[in-house]
Amino acid sequence: MRPLREISPSARWALGVAFFVVFFAAWEIYTRGGFVDRIFLADPLTMLREGWLLLVRHNFAYDIGMTIWRVLGGFFLAAAVAVPIGVMMGAYKPVEAFFEPFVSFARYLPASAFIPLLILWAGIGETQKLLVIFIGSVFQIILMVAVTVGSTRRDLVEAAYTLGAGDRGIIGRVLLPSSAPGIAEILRLVLGWAWTYVIVAELIGSSSGIGHMIVDSQALLNTGQIIFGIIVIGLIGLISDFLFKALNRRLFPWSLQ
Amino acid sequence: MSKLRIEGVGRDFPGVRGGAPTRALEPIDLAVADNDFITILGPSGCGKSTLLRIVAGLDAPSTGRVLLDGQPVAGPGPDRGMVFQSYTLFPWLTVERNIRFGLREKGVPEARQREIAASFIARVGLEGFENHFPKMLSGGMQQRTAIARALANDPKILLLDEPFGALDNQTRGLMQELLLGIWENDRKTVLFVTHDIEEAIFMASRVVVMSARPGRIKADVAIDLPHPRPYTLKTSPEFSAYKARLTEEIRSEVLKVR
Repeated sequence: MRPLREISPSARWALGVAFFVVFFAAWEIYTRGGFVDRIFLADPLTMLREGWLLLVRHNFAYDIGMTIWRVLGGFFLAAAVAVPIGVMMGAYKPVEAFFEPFVSFARYLPASAFIPLLILWAGIGETQKLLVIFIGSVFQIILMVAVTVGSTRRDLVEAAYTLGAGDRGIIGRVLLPSSAPGIAEILRLVLGWAWTYVIVAELIGSSSGIGHMIVDSQALLNTGQIIFGIIVIGLIGLISDFLFKALNRRLFPWSLQ
Repeated sequence: MSKLRIEGVGRDFPGVRGGAPTRALEPIDLAVADNDFITILGPSGCGKSTLLRIVAGLDAPSTGRVLLDGQPVAGPGPDRGMVFQSYTLFPWLTVERNIRFGLREKGVPEARQREIAASFIARVGLEGFENHFPKMLSGGMQQRTAIARALANDPKILLLDEPFGALDNQTRGLMQELLLGIWENDRKTVLFVTHDIEEAIFMASRVVVMSARPGRIKADVAIDLPHPRPYTLKTSPEFSAYKARLTEEIRSEVLKVR
């Protein structure tokens, strides 16, 4: 082991898997060895059994589906609004001056603090869930996209001007393609945050979804189900992250190092 | 007849934190004849790049004006093609699509775009690299593509801002021959900024020497060497005489700012 020395892909794999093995072994010893009351923490095998029961008996797949649709719905709404505004802010300084102070302020408003208000306004239906995710994501995306577009290499913009590009050409053929990998990366990041907002929204008021299942299991002191729910969220996050990265590699081969 | 007229063009940069403004360029007059190849030679920071950027319309002069074919220059446009010192190919476009960028912006039909791009790819010797992305190319290949991209637009004048400055010596020599070959063939009006004396003499029909900051024209030397110019010309006595003279002009300027 030396600083910054690369390791082989197989060694990287093995080390990554090793952590999970250590983690589950420690968990197993801690629970089986009687260091903790079973009521408060189920052991790994019980957790898996409870998870299986959730899927086959309690139609947990439906809850997972509901949560995924809420995340994607709220996230796409936020992206559809935020990306164009962010691009305009990055491209035109007056637009930036108009939006920037408010958006900078609004992005520090915690989305979860809006939940009681949103329940008053929109009930505990789907609209409320989508709005929580929307509020949590939209300001973040706007600001980050604006910064990405605004930091487009000036010499590329100048080269495009000397080739006869007008305003539309500069935005459509320089700013957008040059920022596209950065914007995709921002969306990947914010999608991860959207997962936090949806679970919080479901914990507070919902009749379906992974968060709702977790609250129900808490009432039944079923820690196995709670942990299984949390792991499912993690797995979905991991998969969506992987898909996003694969898509970015496919779409923007020119930006890879 | 003058293709390009620079009339009293000066440039002051505003002072930092209320300080006095910096004068980058004394008002300059320069006339460039049609089909001429002019190099602007000067030490670093003499304002030669500023002058070129003003001609390109990327910077506005504090005084004076630039006329191209009698029309005042108001901003950047496709009639003045530019090659930059930094690599400015669009990294998301292939070599071929980079070269077609300006043609597409002009609304040239796609079939014609492809024809023009193919001919310029051949002229800069990049056959087989049409579908490569810029990051897959060497510095010399990138600048060849940049030259092809600027020329494909058929500009009235070609502006080059130390385009070979970042290349190694051997590649730079080959690039000079390539550009000179293109010019000998087309006789496109060229304004070429450099701090390399040999480069300035080898390609130019006129070398304009600029003084250290604030920049002004110190000497205007016609290079009376026959075309075509092979690279062996660089070791001829005539070439050496020009080199000795320009070295003396530049040396005094460099000593001033040191």
